[in-house]
Amino acid sequence: MGALGPLLTIARKDFLLELRNRDILVSLVVFAMLVLIIFNFAIELTAVNLDALGPGILWVAIAFAGVIGLNRTFVLEKDHDALDGLMLAPVSRDTIFLGKALGSMGFILLSELVIFPVFAALFGVDILRLETLAVALLASLGLAAAGTVFGAMAVSTRSREIMLPVLFLPVISPVLIGAVEATARVASGASWSAVSQWLQIIAVFDLVFVVAGVLLFQYVLED
Amino acid sequence: MTVPGSGQAVVSAAGLQKSFGRVHVLNDLDLEIQPGESVGMLGPNGAGKTTLLRVLATLSKLDSGSVAVNGHDLIRAPEEARRTTGVVMHAPMLYQDLTARENLEFHAGMYRIADGARRIRDAAGVLGVADRLDDRVRNLSHGLQKRVALARALLHRPRLLLLDEPDAGLDQSSLAVLVSVLAAQRADGGSTLLVTHNLERSIEMCDRILMLAGGRVVADARTVDVDLPGLRASYTRLTGGA
Repeated sequence: MGALGPLLTIARKDFLLELRNRDILVSLVVFAMLVLIIFNFAIELTAVNLDALGPGILWVAIAFAGVIGLNRTFVLEKDHDALDGLMLAPVSRDTIFLGKALGSMGFILLSELVIFPVFAALFGVDILRLETLAVALLASLGLAAAGTVFGAMAVSTRSREIMLPVLFLPVISPVLIGAVEATARVASGASWSAVSQWLQIIAVFDLVFVVAGVLLFQYVLED
Repeated sequence: MTVPGSGQAVVSAAGLQKSFGRVHVLNDLDLEIQPGESVGMLGPNGAGKTTLLRVLATLSKLDSGSVAVNGHDLIRAPEEARRTTGVVMHAPMLYQDLTARENLEFHAGMYRIADGARRIRDAAGVLGVADRLDDRVRNLSHGLQKRVALARALLHRPRLLLLDEPDAGLDQSSLAVLVSVLAAQRADGGSTLLVTHNLERSIEMCDRILMLAGGRVVADARTVDVDLPGLRASYTRLTGGA
């Protein structure tokens, strides 16, 4: 099993905690819904601009909601110094990073199971296709990996609610751009090769965020 | 990785330095703890007691100096050192929305303890929380949370216990449990380093007393050689009391 056992143990613990208080998933989904509904009223979408604007609205909603969810996972860790308890385990700091990122990715994917169909229904965009699953998986990995590093950084600061989006959103923009472009191509019925070009770009940034997280997480955690 | 020449010492630390900004919290501190020793650490607030525990627990990084726990260098082999160390700090370090059992199961999973369920049952029995294992930690009193934290620290049978004021806020029955746990740790050949402000209790529970001030050890004596009035006078002088 190697490091996989503790990694899955951390992710399972995060899901168990979420089952108890439902803080993360509820805030993720409700916030994303609000953003989608506000955009639905605020912008006059026509057949001409729908494919261009719709995917952007979708991923803005997911990114903003993700900030709230990622913040929450580390607030739970800081409660009564539980994070210190986690750091006492005989595993490397990168195992903790990967476990936390895996849990966060799971939360983002679960929320997307609700957000994507609601978006498709509200805006009348056909994105419920297999290609969307690949976009969601890759983009969620990037959001979770970067968000785990910045969430751990931000939670120790007094202005953590401000700090996380300020750090996270600029860094995550290549993944968001890739996700928007890939989703736009899915919505317009483009070929797999047209979608996969953007998927490759997201995958490259995923790799960068995961490697950076593995290398940097120990410095973020220890005082 | 084992440090050559570290001998049998459970803790072997030399020249420990740690600063927060311009404040020197550990100042060229040296320390050795032998197997089976229970060491009490006294000192005024800000003397560096908690920081020393955090360094030994690998929760804080040193600025300089070398330290090995159970022969494992904390820089080069922190995971091996953590495997042989049990820690109870001020806060319980438990997930408040999980039950006591779920917290202990999580800990057993992280330590890859094969017979986790049996060890949880045994530890809960020893610490008197067997009937509260399925309660959420949030619903347990301070004393019971401390007992669960102690159960977690003991679950992987550590050779070294690091305890930060484990007696703070405990009632008589919880104190009795703590004393019996420390006695069992000593009987098994394990070592303990505990921070306390209770001088009588430090003499009762420990073989050796260290006094810290200004980030270094200023007094080190066997408890059999310590007289309580003398210890109290030194402690009062250090803490600036009348």
